Amino acid sequence: MRTKTAILIAALAALHLALLCAAFIAPYDPVAQNRELPYAPPTRLHLHDAAGWHLRLFVYRWTLGDEGYLEDKSESFPVHLLTTGSSYEFLGIFDTTRHLFGVAPPASIALFGTDGFGRDEFSRVLYGGQISVAAGIAATLIALLAGALCGVIAGYYGNWTDQSLMAGTELFLSLPWLYFLLGVRAFLPLHVSPVRTFFLLTCVIGLIGWARPARLVRGIVLSSRTRNYVLAARSFGASDLHVIREHILPEILGVLMTQATVLVPRYIAAEVTLSFFGLGVNEPVASWGNMLSTLQQYSVLVSYAWLLAPVGALIITSVIYALLADVVQSRLEFPHPGN
Amino acid sequence: MKVTTSLALLVCLLAGECLAAGPTPQKPNPGEELFQAAQVSGHYGGQLTIGGRAEPKTFNPVIAADAVSREMIGRLMADLIEINRGSQQTEPALTKSWKTSADGRVFTLQLRKGIRFSDGHPFDADDVLFSFAVYMDENVDSPQRDLLIIDGKPLTVTKIDQFTVRFTLPRAYAAAERLFDGLAMLPRHLLEKPYRQGKFVQSWSLNASTNEVAGLGPFRLKRYVPGERVVLERNPYYWKVDSHNDRLPYLDELTFLFVGTEDAQVMRFEAGATNMISRLSAENYSLLNRERNRTGAQLSDLGPSLEYNFVVFNQNDLSSKKLDAIARKQKWFRDLKFRQAISAAIDRDAIVRLVYGTRGTALWGNVGPGNKLWVNTAIPHPQASPATARQLLKSAGFSWNPSGQLLDSSGALVEFSIITSSSNTQRMKMATLLQDDLSHLGMQVHIVPLEFRALVDRVFQSFDYDAAIMGLGGGDADPNPEMNVWTTKGTSHLWHLNEAQPETAWEGEIDRLMQQQMVTIDYTKRKQLYDRVQQLISENLPFIFLATPNVLAAADSRVGNFHPAILDPYTLWNADELYIRRPTENAGVR
Repeated sequence: MRTKTAILIAALAALHLALLCAAFIAPYDPVAQNRELPYAPPTRLHLHDAAGWHLRLFVYRWTLGDEGYLEDKSESFPVHLLTTGSSYEFLGIFDTTRHLFGVAPPASIALFGTDGFGRDEFSRVLYGGQISVAAGIAATLIALLAGALCGVIAGYYGNWTDQSLMAGTELFLSLPWLYFLLGVRAFLPLHVSPVRTFFLLTCVIGLIGWARPARLVRGIVLSSRTRNYVLAARSFGASDLHVIREHILPEILGVLMTQATVLVPRYIAAEVTLSFFGLGVNEPVASWGNMLSTLQQYSVLVSYAWLLAPVGALIITSVIYALLADVVQSRLEFPHPGN
Repeated sequence: MKVTTSLALLVCLLAGECLAAGPTPQKPNPGEELFQAAQVSGHYGGQLTIGGRAEPKTFNPVIAADAVSREMIGRLMADLIEINRGSQQTEPALTKSWKTSADGRVFTLQLRKGIRFSDGHPFDADDVLFSFAVYMDENVDSPQRDLLIIDGKPLTVTKIDQFTVRFTLPRAYAAAERLFDGLAMLPRHLLEKPYRQGKFVQSWSLNASTNEVAGLGPFRLKRYVPGERVVLERNPYYWKVDSHNDRLPYLDELTFLFVGTEDAQVMRFEAGATNMISRLSAENYSLLNRERNRTGAQLSDLGPSLEYNFVVFNQNDLSSKKLDAIARKQKWFRDLKFRQAISAAIDRDAIVRLVYGTRGTALWGNVGPGNKLWVNTAIPHPQASPATARQLLKSAGFSWNPSGQLLDSSGALVEFSIITSSSNTQRMKMATLLQDDLSHLGMQVHIVPLEFRALVDRVFQSFDYDAAIMGLGGGDADPNPEMNVWTTKGTSHLWHLNEAQPETAWEGEIDRLMQQQMVTIDYTKRKQLYDRVQQLISENLPFIFLATPNVLAAADSRVGNFHPAILDPYTLWNADELYIRRPTENAGVR
């Protein structure tokens, strides 16, 4: 169990680190167009050519002919590590042009192929992941914070507070959220900057999602407040804040953690859905959803399989989170001795 | 027992076949003045299915305004004079011949004798008079009415005899015979009563029974299944015959299947559920082209269409609206050098390659190379040049801050949004390319995809937009339908709608030239006038033209006489000549 947990946490950390360092790992600027290479298939990495085997990976240039893309084998281009490329700000700290890998122009290395504008799909998946995963995490935090607050208040104080807050959760649970968001978007100004769109997206997803955690938390608080140690603390004159902080919150932390691992992938999927329908961040900024929106075209869907790369990224992220949710839940239900 | 079952099955199959087959075409009578399509041959039988994006809204040709209804109605009805979509020239239809007076005002039309509506009722001059009375009736409010009112005066229609009609125009009108195309002749015997009762607009709705609807087109209404299909069957009295004197059309039935998007149409076509696609995008064309060897599909690339895609900047008068932010940006939009810089920065070749997969043509004017009769070939085609664009912006007082962002003379950041239809993937792609091109000039451009109706509302009504990518044209090759775009009072004068008087000298000159070409009969003189209009447009850039797609169409290998045209309706203009090849026939062989 411990090994599984460690592997999952390591995988999750690696995923988030990769997204955090997207600019360094990505060989290209995600909005840079290479108009000579629209819908180019993934670049093939080679170790072997007519001269024999090589120790260093190399690539050939794609040339576009009547038969589609073909490798121009007249010249090979070695893959360099820590090479220079487009300028970016590393983690918002300093400017650099150093990238993890790359090839010298005029060749290019597009591990996941290119989109209709010749933009590197690999770079866009990394940068797009920043938006999609950050939106998922931020929305989860908002939902859990709002949910925990309402759940604790409703469960602890009961009576009319409980009834009115739970009526609120029912209202939110019954909302058809996609249509609700379509409505919200219609009231927004014509142009909304990507930053503001991101902020709005996370707020809206988070605020719609608070109801379910609130009900869960309320249930736990409801049962906790009648426990002997809580009653004892209150009889000794402990304030509500003290009781909640010292006795109730530790009870709900486990539920919140499980909920977090469940909600993050769900909210990432929500962001992807919204951007897919054009309600999220717009071109040229990449997000997994708006990258997938080009697949709404039948011809693109059946012709360029590599454009499904964001789906792969979404599945990997969701699976890691889902497995982690399982582990967290089982550890809470069957605590290991000594934990 | 087995024999009885087999016989019963055979009878059922034969009965089914007979029910599916259309009415038998009538043998030509000696008294009928039929139109002989001398080059056309084929054979009878078969059903052709075509996928459509939507359902029709009506079967009434006088009030139909949407393209879907008009495409279907066009197969049910016929006009006095038609524009041959193949040659783009007018040719006799229900009119056997016509004469034009020397001053170009009076048209005398000789109608075909002995021809009948699809219900067997004879057609004569009274039907023509009735039809024009309906088209010009203000209460009916037909979309075609405006065409028949010239200088505020209606044209007059006089019956000379049972088969001769005279049309008198208030003044000379160039290419006036083209006006008759699209004005379907109505059956007086069926529609006069509802017209007199004031119920004409309700006539021939989608609920109408099939025997209420009759026309002079190659087909007649057989069945309408709401939400699913419209089935037309052969008009047995149609007035055209083929080279063997066999009465057209060849097809027993023509079915319009309501499929939805173009992608859905392609999927149905690939599955064999439909036989033809009228208009394809370059991506879908390439997709079908890749499978051509396996499917044997007939694919046609007819070259540049008459449509033009463009960017328009909002130069409307916003004084009565609370749109201060846009009004401030109009200082740039009204600056010719700013528009010239935008035009110089646009990589049109990239649009043709990336948006149309090379199946398109870059545009620098409103008339593309597809319109061979009217294109002004002297209009320059400069290549994209960011350096020229920067030069122009500099000379107009713009400058750049240290981070490369463009500032206007007052130091404000040059930032604007471009709206475009979210359902049009080609224009969405153009917007993304434009955004990238203009970012190299330091402009911050935001793309706002909008639902089509919301887009139209902003451009035509609220004026709440900075710039828009749109498309126009494609109806007719003649300059006259373009009047409403280029003249000041035109309803599609998009960059500045409701302009009381021309605000610039060049707009005034275009107004004069367009009016002049409209009353000039001689083609060469008209061409000179329209060339100058094109020159003024390309110099002053009220629209910044981008590209035009090729007209691409597809039919399966069984469809004979498939000759799509660059004018709408692209594939069904010769529906009367289309036929289904027998399994033993090869493509192109009768």
